[in-house]
Amino acid sequence: MARLRLKDIRHSYMPNPATDADYALKRVDHVFEDGGAYALLGPSGCGKTTLLNILSGLLRPSEGEVHFDTLDVTGLPTEARNIAQVFQFPVVYDTMTVYDNLAFPLRNRRVPEDVVDRRVREILAMIGLEERAKRRAQGLTADDKQKISLGRGLARPDVSAILFDEPLTVIDPHLKWALRTQLKDLHRRFGHTMIYVTHDQTEALTFADTVVVMYEGEIVQIGTPEELFERPRHTFVGYFIGSPGMNLLPARIDGNTAQLGGQSVALPGAPRRLSGERIELGIRPEFVRLGREGMPVSVSKVEDIGRRKIIHANLEGEAIAAIVEEDGEIPAEPRVIFDPAHLNLYADSWRVELEGGR
Amino acid sequence: MNRTWNNKAWFMVLPVLALVAFSAVIPLMTVVNYSVQDTFGNNVFFWVGTEWFEEVLHSDRFWAAMGRNLAFSAIILAIEVPLGIFIALNMPRKGWGVPVCLVLMALPLLIPFNVVGTIWQVFGRIDIGLLGRGLYILGVDYNYVRDPVDAWVTIILMDVWHWTSLVVLLSYAGLVSIPDAYYQAARIDGASRWAVFRYIQLPKMNRVLLIAILLRFMDSFMIYTEPFVVTGGGPGNTTTFLSIDLVKLAIGEFNLGEAAAMSIIYFLVILAMSWVFYTVMTNYGTEKR
Repeated sequence: MARLRLKDIRHSYMPNPATDADYALKRVDHVFEDGGAYALLGPSGCGKTTLLNILSGLLRPSEGEVHFDTLDVTGLPTEARNIAQVFQFPVVYDTMTVYDNLAFPLRNRRVPEDVVDRRVREILAMIGLEERAKRRAQGLTADDKQKISLGRGLARPDVSAILFDEPLTVIDPHLKWALRTQLKDLHRRFGHTMIYVTHDQTEALTFADTVVVMYEGEIVQIGTPEELFERPRHTFVGYFIGSPGMNLLPARIDGNTAQLGGQSVALPGAPRRLSGERIELGIRPEFVRLGREGMPVSVSKVEDIGRRKIIHANLEGEAIAAIVEEDGEIPAEPRVIFDPAHLNLYADSWRVELEGGR
Repeated sequence: MNRTWNNKAWFMVLPVLALVAFSAVIPLMTVVNYSVQDTFGNNVFFWVGTEWFEEVLHSDRFWAAMGRNLAFSAIILAIEVPLGIFIALNMPRKGWGVPVCLVLMALPLLIPFNVVGTIWQVFGRIDIGLLGRGLYILGVDYNYVRDPVDAWVTIILMDVWHWTSLVVLLSYAGLVSIPDAYYQAARIDGASRWAVFRYIQLPKMNRVLLIAILLRFMDSFMIYTEPFVVTGGGPGNTTTFLSIDLVKLAIGEFNLGEAAAMSIIYFLVILAMSWVFYTVMTNYGTEKR
């Protein structure tokens, strides 16, 4: 167990990167605290896996340093880093039994056989493969194979950190939930530093205490699931977290009111500093009240998603979404009000603090 | 259940049947025909039953040649398979080295058999050959024309030079198909170089190795042209393999009956051995369950 520090990491897959666009990781400076449960969240190609591989030593960063506690491990190979990693697609050693697969990382490190046996039995029970322990791994289903991969990642009790690279992609939905809960449980019991890469927000939000959102090779926000929902630092976070994502409406700011086309919205306070060309007002669909008062909208589509309805409407020429309860009615001349406590203002995609606001 | 039987379909396979009959079945039947009859010329044949087969199976000459064949196949498999895997493991995976290596590896495979024989026949000659003359100058007593051991060494070297590439290319194809994630997982698991080979690379090469071993076995068991060109079966009979012996019997001695019986036995042996190889290697994985 250790504290993982990434110091000014930049990485490019090109031999001679020139501009920022050539970097898969633009600049990352971050500390993963000892014993934390982190999720790295972001769309495909945002640099999550690159970051993970730099931590585990499968990749050497173009620039910057990696520290485990006080030790600089930048130049150390994976084998010397004492780190576990589980990959997106199952990797099993076909010719070995399930038992030997799980024992493999321990035996390679010359752990005494009685310790290996105890540990492997524990893992077998955890992933529910006790009955297949003596079977060869070759003929198993993708589910079971990925459980073995997970199990191998968890086998060593003394690792600095366990890294998961979208480990549940190939697992059946109903099993996903169970396995994720088990991982969370495991984290509580052993207190390993765990870093979980995913592009699925539900997975990230349920697993992690701290979610690190990445976008185009940069970390755009680090926070608790609640912070990401309430105060997205970047419009991408607003859009990526939540379903549907945050409404973003182009606005003009005049003191502490925002002009949306012909309508004006009162802000809880005036923005502290306002620079940038593109000003947008952000409001989550959950905080858009549909009723008989406020700004007039025209409804274009209603989606029933079970206990709630998503209303797609048009406000001053901009698309906007609102969520209403299942039995909430849609008036003949619908109007909307934005909950002022949940308004966010963005200048060139980055969030601007409001005077007297939060 | 209502099934439609359409016997016209049989006509569709007729052309293939005819083709196979003319190219394989009929020639094979003539061999069978010869093997159970004897002739004293004038196209008069006498039924002799299994006499020819008995004669072949009781002939020391046949068993000696069979022994030489088995020894030859065993030796070249023992050299070519590990050597081929070793070379494939050390070939580059990317960059300009890949096409260069692949072309270099494929070159020996493109040379006609009798040319390979001629190359080595000249290469080994002690009067003008680079190898033969070179060894002579170094004081090594090497002469493939007179010494049976030297003859064997030359023929084995020649086969290794000619055919190891096949094992290399097949193994290489097996190796490059292994996803990177396996090597990454092995590094995370702290696997040694040997463990990576034993538990990842070898199992993934299983299939292609089976093909390589089968092809090399069948080919080496039928070897004819190269030793015929280099040693002509000599010195004495020390490099006379079954195929060379067969040709001597059929064309040299015009003993068609015995030669036909021998070809059939020869064919059945290759078929049986290939079947054994195949069964053993495909079952190797499942047996240990």
